[in-house]
Amino acid sequence: MSTLTAQPLSPQPLAPELPANHYLNESHGLKSWLLTTDHKRIALLYMASITLMFAIGGIFAMLMRLELLTPPADLVSDDTYNKLFTMHGIIMVWFFLIPSIPTTLGNFLVPMMIGAKDLAFPKLNLMSWYLFNIGAVVTIYAILSGGVDGGWTFYTPLSTGYLNSHVVAAATGIFIAGFSSILTGLNFIVTTHRMRAPGMTWKRLPLFMWSNYATSVILVLATPVLAITLALVAVERLLHFGIFNPALGGDPVLFQHLFWFYSHPAVYIMILPAMGVISELISTFSRKRPFGYAYIAGSSIAIAAFGFVVWAHHMFVAGISVYAALVFSLMSYAVSLPSAVKVFNWTATLYKGSISYRTPLLYALGFLGLFTVGGMTGLFLAALGLDVHIHDTYFVVAHFHYIMVGGTIMAYLGGIHYWWPKISGRMYPEVWGRLSALLIFVGFNLTFFPQFILGYLGMPRRYHAYPPEFQVWHVLSTAGASILGVGYLLPLIYLTWSYKNSPVAGPNPWGASGLEWQTQSPPITHNFVTTPIVTREAYDYTGIPAPALAVRSEEEASTYVS
Amino acid sequence: MSHSAGHAPGSAVAELDNHLEMQFDDAEQQKETSSFGMWVFLVTEVMFFGGLFMAYLVYRSQYPQAFAIGSSQLNFKLGTANTVVLIFSSLTMALAVRAAQLGQKKALVWLLIATMILGAAFLGFKGIEYHEHILEGHVPGANFRYDTPGVSFAVAKEVVLFNILYFCMTGLHAFHMIVGLGLMLWLVIKAQKGAFTPAYNTPVELIGLYWHFVDLVWIYLYPLLYLIDRYHK
Ligand code: HEM
Ligand SMILES: [Cu+2]
Repeated sequence: MSTLTAQPLSPQPLAPELPANHYLNESHGLKSWLLTTDHKRIALLYMASITLMFAIGGIFAMLMRLELLTPPADLVSDDTYNKLFTMHGIIMVWFFLIPSIPTTLGNFLVPMMIGAKDLAFPKLNLMSWYLFNIGAVVTIYAILSGGVDGGWTFYTPLSTGYLNSHVVAAATGIFIAGFSSILTGLNFIVTTHRMRAPGMTWKRLPLFMWSNYATSVILVLATPVLAITLALVAVERLLHFGIFNPALGGDPVLFQHLFWFYSHPAVYIMILPAMGVISELISTFSRKRPFGYAYIAGSSIAIAAFGFVVWAHHMFVAGISVYAALVFSLMSYAVSLPSAVKVFNWTATLYKGSISYRTPLLYALGFLGLFTVGGMTGLFLAALGLDVHIHDTYFVVAHFHYIMVGGTIMAYLGGIHYWWPKISGRMYPEVWGRLSALLIFVGFNLTFFPQFILGYLGMPRRYHAYPPEFQVWHVLSTAGASILGVGYLLPLIYLTWSYKNSPVAGPNPWGASGLEWQTQSPPITHNFVTTPIVTREAYDYTGIPAPALAVRSEEEASTYVS
Repeated sequence: MSHSAGHAPGSAVAELDNHLEMQFDDAEQQKETSSFGMWVFLVTEVMFFGGLFMAYLVYRSQYPQAFAIGSSQLNFKLGTANTVVLIFSSLTMALAVRAAQLGQKKALVWLLIATMILGAAFLGFKGIEYHEHILEGHVPGANFRYDTPGVSFAVAKEVVLFNILYFCMTGLHAFHMIVGLGLMLWLVIKAQKGAFTPAYNTPVELIGLYWHFVDLVWIYLYPLLYLIDRYHK
């Protein structure tokens, strides 16, 4: 999709200059940021918040990996270890992965991709950021005042009756952050329906829009259930009720049902936006319309729908009926179909495309491999018999990290690199970009592949000590985690550096087809000078000049590498 | 960058432009977008209450006897009276929306006030009920009496679950009512200043939707909580 009226499709000059006026220099000072309703600035605010939370969650992860370097408990006590994995999980799931792509790239791009001036409810968008931060502060309070344990899953009656840590504070933090998710989802849904520019039909929506739309539907339908469930946990804990406590007539399995009714769809909240990013990257860097556009778009909706009916695959050994388990097992197989459709379509898009191996594409290819491994092992787990063996082992840990870290974070970083020229107006340094993609891919596999083996051999999750024969796998995993850590640190450094020092990007350095590339970089506050009128199909590359600047630094990169 | 403040009285068009936020092309888009947003919000509310309804469903099917006992201990008359009160408040709210659309400022203000009085009456009755529960020893965790004649200790423990759900569900509902009253107070003040006209009355409409939703929740709560075992009586 692209328009002929927004800006002429002339080849961009070789050494473009930064535009005089854009959203970053429109106003200055802290107040202009803290009170902004510009979706692009809010995206950057969110980026700062979640980067901080990622760092905190990452520190907990490093501490755990250090403890696991040796079989006995030496670095931290069992209690501390329990708190580490709990707080790591809470921070990473609710304060990084769930908001990651929607609130940053989504916030930045959703209005631009449909030719709108902003989201439907800009003030609500800002409020969402504040809610997120209030939730984060409450959760950090829970951490600083002694921490939480019991796992990110808050299983009852452990969480309500037996833990002596700050369960209520942590639950409150998540509850509040949940409402920020709900507001974001609501905003995206309404924006997609009501704010599209003339000619931007549903069939012309970029695939990133489809996947964010599907994500928003999940956010809006599932998050309230988590909110009420955590509220009940807090009530039960504070007032000594027995809502989920079998000793008092309550049903702990009901808690698990309610929790996973949110938390399985939540894994699709994490992966769907990533899939949207990948669709964009693969199309741009093979200069082809994605193979089977309608199927990729439709599979996002199918994933969102199917995702709501598989939750009990987390409860195969929790005492649910055999028939229920059978149905949920089958449904779990079914939900993998639309994901597979996407993988095949992406691959087919690459086939015979004119591919340029830029950093974003490297990230996308990394995503493809890791997501496939993660998804396939999900099928192992969805097999009833096998799951009895590997449930609650490192196999599960490896499975979900392959998707959540291997998939989502790869896509997130790939997307950040791809849209960085739009966000900042400047290119990122290509060589460093490729190096980070490589480090992350290698580090990731070294960290998490051994965990499949550990799990299969019987290493249970959530333990701080283990028999000596497992050590070699744990050492590999910790070594990989160190590489991974460096890989994550690199982009933070060179992207910050590039903000002042890199070559100016120009409006469309990739020769991409999306509307967001038809306006200057960085864009003006209202995105487009005049509302664009869309006359072309999505991903129509005809007449869009091949990337000028991209080619130039490609040469730079190759001289550097060889 | 939204400019909804500073409305200079003038033609209908000028008035509209005052309320038009920059991200919209025209007033119609703005209005439809806002009301669509409200509907999506109400969907999230359905899911929010849905968790509690799910718990109710599970425990009622597990402990039918205890739920019947718990239900029969509620004040049926007050519950019924409150249902009537709320239905009337929905009527006055609907009329208020109509008054706003017709630009009848006086009627709008009075109908909103009537709705608020009915809402407050509901909360008052609810307060009386809660007070009775305290006096009769029906509050879980505080003073629940396990020695009701004819109810074994084991069943009494299950009745506690009913009462917990009763308090959670009616409490959450009452919280929504209080929020609604606050919103309506804001509407009354704005309406008094003449903020709403036939051309611009979206806030009245949206808060009206919200109020009908809260009433609707009660329409489900009432039979589920008060009427479980009535046909025996
Ligand atoms: C697409 C993105 C996915 C993500 C982000 C994801 C994430 C997760 C997470 C976080 C857990 C662990 C929860 C816990 O116990 O703490 C998990 C477990 C599980 N996943 Fe996935 N998953 C995904 C896809 C799939 C798919 C496609 C399937 C099946 C076809 C699947 C099947 C399972 C099963 C059966 C478990 C439970 C294993 C057990 O505890 O025994 N997952 N997944
Ligand atoms: Cu799942």
